[in-house]
Amino acid sequence: MSTLPPLTTLPNPIRPAFTEGQTPGSVIVNIGPSHPATHGTIQIVAELSGERVLRTDVHCGYLHRGFEKECESHTWHNLIPYVDRLNYCSALINDFAYCEAVEKLMGVELTPRCRHLRTLLAEYSRIADHLTCVAAALMELGAMTAFLYLVTIRDYVYEHIADLTGARVTHSYGRIGGLARDLPDGWIGRLEQILDQMDTFVDRVHGLVDRNRIFIDRMRDIGVITTAEAVNWGFTGPILRSTGAPRDLRKDTPYLSYGELDFEVPVGIKGDNYDRYYVRMREMDESRHMIRQLIDMLEPGPINVDDRRCTFPDKDAVYTQIEALINHFKLVMEGPQVPAGEVYSAHEGANGELGFYIVSVGGGVPWKVHCRSPSFVHMGGVHRMLDGYQLADIVPTFGSVNMIGGECDR
Amino acid sequence: MSAGGDFLGEVQAGVGARTLSSGMAHGILVLDVEPQDLVPLVKDLKGAFGFDMFLDVTAVDWPQRRPRFDVVYHFYSTRRFVRVRIKTRVDESEPIVDTLVPLYGSARYMERECHEMYGIGFRGNDDLRPLLLYEGFQGHPLRKDYPKQREQPLVPYREVEP
Repeated sequence: MSTLPPLTTLPNPIRPAFTEGQTPGSVIVNIGPSHPATHGTIQIVAELSGERVLRTDVHCGYLHRGFEKECESHTWHNLIPYVDRLNYCSALINDFAYCEAVEKLMGVELTPRCRHLRTLLAEYSRIADHLTCVAAALMELGAMTAFLYLVTIRDYVYEHIADLTGARVTHSYGRIGGLARDLPDGWIGRLEQILDQMDTFVDRVHGLVDRNRIFIDRMRDIGVITTAEAVNWGFTGPILRSTGAPRDLRKDTPYLSYGELDFEVPVGIKGDNYDRYYVRMREMDESRHMIRQLIDMLEPGPINVDDRRCTFPDKDAVYTQIEALINHFKLVMEGPQVPAGEVYSAHEGANGELGFYIVSVGGGVPWKVHCRSPSFVHMGGVHRMLDGYQLADIVPTFGSVNMIGGECDR
Repeated sequence: MSAGGDFLGEVQAGVGARTLSSGMAHGILVLDVEPQDLVPLVKDLKGAFGFDMFLDVTAVDWPQRRPRFDVVYHFYSTRRFVRVRIKTRVDESEPIVDTLVPLYGSARYMERECHEMYGIGFRGNDDLRPLLLYEGFQGHPLRKDYPKQREQPLVPYREVEP
């Protein structure tokens, strides 16, 4: 028969920071790691006085897959699918951030079409990520209609990206020095359709919730954080911008094609849940604006650099020419030869600064790949936004932080 | 971009006395420092040069080298939009550096991760409980001598019935 011991004898995987209350009459409640009201595997140990949260201890790690360890035994190309699975809501941004780090070490300069396409797809992914975050946060507050509007659009986006990459969520579309393939026929036409539909649906959501009494009561003045505190706790992305600081890597340290685009950095007023909701909604507007500019900027041309160290030769050539065959074999079996060195490259991910610190000792396999993931850093300071509010406020606050388990736990 | 480069030049000149070596690499100022000089250097960077965001701390394992570990920090200035990397070396026999938690709140979580993954101690950080791993995990998985395939199941495997 089964040899599984009874549950009570299994060790506790965590050691909470506190097991006894500081205040008389308080109780300690464990929330998660698997809880229907928190999307994401996170455990919060909270001390409550009635319904008020006195202090919290946030634990993550339930989705740890050993990403960084696994990277050390794969070639630079082969770990692109792993990078995808960090933030599975906007996998393309991860792809491009990682590829750019490797390209910096190799000294590869992208072609203009690849640069514009990566920018376009990164903004498209950002929209998908923000749609997911806002939709889930609204659904947790009971706004089912708004959820369905946003998720409908997100599904159009996913299906549309699947037409390009072959996969809905984890695309593995970036390549070192370029992209997996060029756009299929008619892709841009469908993109314009979806953007127009998105304008309508996002407007409807604004109409449904922006001035909705229930929504405002749950969001306004809840989970407030100041700019100084946000910087101290390492918050970046929409959370930092919701405090009123216009800090955006796309503007401050332009990469890809962002230097050539016209866009604004939306900010909030006081860093509460409502501001974070609104910043995300406005960022989607800016992303659509950027995508429309990029559609006009796209010129025909190659999408991969002509560099035999990283770009795969054409399949026709592989079958007919010995040099191309050997080139292909070397790239697959040994991996692209990346010169020794170290680099830190950061992109503005949907949730904040997504940085890759990679160390190469030369050769086709990384010595170290470290991901500075925004969600992980945010979990280190999220207690500042939970403590002092009501137990029920944990749900919208946590929703507005948009913790992505994949990139938090790696 | 050149404005950021000029500023990093000023930083390099300003803190040069505390470092072993310094230089620019891919747009980032890299400072090598002795472990005991780390906290004074970071105080300078934060106070005099406005590096107000602690981005990251991790380590790099060089098993053949003495001292064995690089502890690598990244900082960002939200006013000047530039980054600085600080590297310090510690040996396996005493892999300890001073904590930066009094200067940056975000160091708390990231030092916990570096501690469990590499076994680097952070003197003064009183909360180094396992974070991504679980209580009672043996060893430090990102060290090069930790075999990737080693398993430490928290819940024992069930025996397959014939």
